[in-house]
Amino acid sequence: MSIYLDHAATSPLRPAALSALVNQLKEVGNPSSLHTFGRETRRVLEESREKIAKFISAAPNEIIFTSSGTESNNLAVKGLFWKSNKKIIVVSAIEHHAVLDPAKWLSEKESAEVIQIPVNSEGVISLDFLGDLIAKRGAEIALISIMHSNNETGALQPIKEVISLAGDIPVHCDAVQSLAKVPLEFIGLTAMSINAHKLGGPIGIGALVLKRGIDIPALLHGGGQEREIRSGTLNAPMATAFAAVLENYPSAAIAKLKEILISGIKSSIPDAVINTNPNSLPGIVNATFPGTRGETLLLLLDMEGIACSTGAACSAGVHRPSHVLLAMGRSEEAAMSSLRFSIGPDNSESEINKLIEILPSVVEKARLAK
Amino acid sequence: MKLIAAMSGGVDSAVAAARAVEAGHQVVGVHLALSSNPQKYRSGARGCCTIEDSHDARRAADVIGIPFYIWDMAEDFHQEVVENFLSEYSVGRTPNPCLRCNEKIKFAAVLERAKAMGFDGVVTGHYAILKETPNGKTLNRAVDISKDQSYVLAVLNQEQLQGAHFPLGDTPKTEIRKEAERKGLAVANKPDSHDICFVPSGDNAGWLRDRLGSEVGPIVDQSGKKLGEHHGAYTYTIGQRKGLGLTTPTEDGSPRFVLKIEPKTNTVVVGPKEDLAITKIFGTNAIWCGPKASSDWAIGFVQVRAHGAALPAKYRELNGGLDIELDEPLLGVATGQAAVIYDENRVVGSVTISETS
Repeated sequence: MSIYLDHAATSPLRPAALSALVNQLKEVGNPSSLHTFGRETRRVLEESREKIAKFISAAPNEIIFTSSGTESNNLAVKGLFWKSNKKIIVVSAIEHHAVLDPAKWLSEKESAEVIQIPVNSEGVISLDFLGDLIAKRGAEIALISIMHSNNETGALQPIKEVISLAGDIPVHCDAVQSLAKVPLEFIGLTAMSINAHKLGGPIGIGALVLKRGIDIPALLHGGGQEREIRSGTLNAPMATAFAAVLENYPSAAIAKLKEILISGIKSSIPDAVINTNPNSLPGIVNATFPGTRGETLLLLLDMEGIACSTGAACSAGVHRPSHVLLAMGRSEEAAMSSLRFSIGPDNSESEINKLIEILPSVVEKARLAK
Repeated sequence: MKLIAAMSGGVDSAVAAARAVEAGHQVVGVHLALSSNPQKYRSGARGCCTIEDSHDARRAADVIGIPFYIWDMAEDFHQEVVENFLSEYSVGRTPNPCLRCNEKIKFAAVLERAKAMGFDGVVTGHYAILKETPNGKTLNRAVDISKDQSYVLAVLNQEQLQGAHFPLGDTPKTEIRKEAERKGLAVANKPDSHDICFVPSGDNAGWLRDRLGSEVGPIVDQSGKKLGEHHGAYTYTIGQRKGLGLTTPTEDGSPRFVLKIEPKTNTVVVGPKEDLAITKIFGTNAIWCGPKASSDWAIGFVQVRAHGAALPAKYRELNGGLDIELDEPLLGVATGQAAVIYDENRVVGSVTISETS
C-alpha cells in the first residue's frame, strides 16, 4: 500500500498530459523552421499557448514558455529589477526560495534593497504594511512580488488588493501552486509564474506570463525565441502536455478530502495545531505535532507507505525550520515539528482515512524518539 | 531484525549496510548530518560531513536497495563532541573525538532514536567483532589488525553493545573494497577517512587557536628556565617533538619533547625523551564493555592510542576508575586520551587517562 500526499512537491502525470506528450514526441519539426514539419509543430505549440493564455485571461503573446517555475520567478524578479532604475524589491516573508533567493542575490550583487512584507499568524500578508510602504517609498520600488498561494500552508494571498495598492508599480505573482486549483487571472499583473507539474503535467515546463509591451532583459540569449526574452528551441511536446491538464482539475473533491483530514487530525491528536487557514488551496494541510521531529514523522509515515513533506529542505536534505512557519510567528521548535500533506486528483477518501488511522501511533512513536 | 545503518558515504558503512541486508535484516540507511553548515565538497581524506558524502551515501543506499534518510544530528554533535573537544583542550588534555562520537552520538542519540522508532539496533562500518556469550555481547578486535577500531568503540557499555552491529570485523579492508566493487558500490575506491571530521582544513592547531585564542605563553625546561614562547599551550600534545620553535639547543644536542602542559599558567614544559617515560596510569570514567574488572590485579594489555600497540600490563578496578601498571615504560602519554584494556583480543573496558607517573 502506498499513499502519495506530496502533490505540492510534484503531482503524478495525468493521462491527458501523458497522451499529449507521447503523441507529440513522435513528431519531428523545430517550431522555428520554415518548412512544413516546422510549421506543423509550431501550430501545436501556438494552440497550446492560446489555450494556456485563455485559461488565465491573458493574451497569447503574453505567455513566455520556460523550463520551470523557478526559471519564471528568476526571469521576473531579475528582469523587472534590471528594467527599472529603482532599487527596492518588495517580497513577502513567505515567498518560495525561487523568489527570495534571486532577490537576495540582487541585494548582494547589485545593491538592491529587499523589503519583506510580514504575515499574520494565518500566513496572510499585511496589506497595512504594504500600504504604508508604498505611501512612504513607492517612488523607489522596482517591483512587488507576492505569491498567489503559499506552497507550505496553502494560504491564499490578497493579490487583487496588492494590485490596487501598487498603482503603477509592477507586480509579479508566483502562482505555481494556484494554477487550475483556484480561480486565477492575469488581469492587473505585470508578470506571473506558472508551471505544469504541480497539477499533473510534466516536470520541465513552465511559463512566465509577461504583460504585452513590457520587455525585460533575457537570462538566456540565443535564437531570440519568446519575444527575445527566452531563447532556446521551442518545446511543442511539453507545451501541449501543459495545455492538456488545465481543465477539469477536481478541486471540489480535493477540498472535501482536506476537510476530512483536518477534522481527523483535530479529533485524533487534540494538541496538533493546524497551520492551514480556511481561505487556502483545496489540497494543502500543514500541521504541527508538538513534541516530535518532522523528519522522524516523515520517516515513520514513509515506512507505512505514506508520502508527505516536512516543508523546505536544503540541498543536503537536512531538515531546517520552515521560514514560512517562522514568519507566521511559530517557534523554531514548532516549525521543526510540522508536516505538510498535499492532496491531489488521485487520492481517495479511504486513503485519507488510512492516514488518520495511522497518525496517532506514528506521532506517539515520534514523541518517544525526540 | 529492523536495523538503522549509519551511512557516512564511505566504503565501509556501505558494505556494512549491504551485509546487514544479506543477513536478512530489514535495513534503513541514515546519513548523519553532523555539521549545520556542511562543506560542498570533500577535502583531503575526510570521509563524511560534506554534501558530496551525503550524496555518496544516498547512491550506495540506492544500489543496496534500502530506504535512505538524513538525520540532522548537528546540534547533538556540536554539544557532545565539538564543545567537549574544546573544553578538554582548554584544560590541557588531549581528547579523542571519535570515541566521544561513538559514545554519545552513534550509539546513544542515534541508537535511542532508532529504538524509539521501533528499530532493534544500529549497523556501522566499524572494524570490530561482537560475540554473543552467555554473559552478553563482548567487543573484540577485528581480524584486520591494521584497521581494528575496537579502541574507539571501547566506550560502549553492555546496553549499547546489545544494539550495535559490526558486520565487517571478520574481513580485511582490502576484501571489503573488492566486495564493494562486486556489489556495484561507487564508493569502492573512495579514500579512507582520517583526521578529525569537523576540522575541514586538517590544521588542528590553527582550528583550536581560532576558537581558544592564541595567548602567548612560555616554553620552559624542567627547572623552569624559559626557552621560548608558544601561541596557545593547548595546541601541544604530550610527547610532541616537532613545531616547538626552540632556538637554544640542549647541551648534548638531544631533542626536547613536550612533557607537560599547564593550562592555568599557559606554560609548556619540555625535556629529554627519557623523562616522558611512564609506567603507571590512572584513569577515571570507567566504562566496562562486559563484566567490571576485579579490584585484584589482573594481567592483560593496555592500548593508549587508536592505532597504538597493545602493551602488556596489569590492571585493577580502583574507586570507579582503573589503576594500570605497564610492564615496560611508555613514552608520551597524554591525559584525556583513553586507555583501553584488553584480555587477549577482547575489550574489557576503557578509562579516560587522568594521571600518569
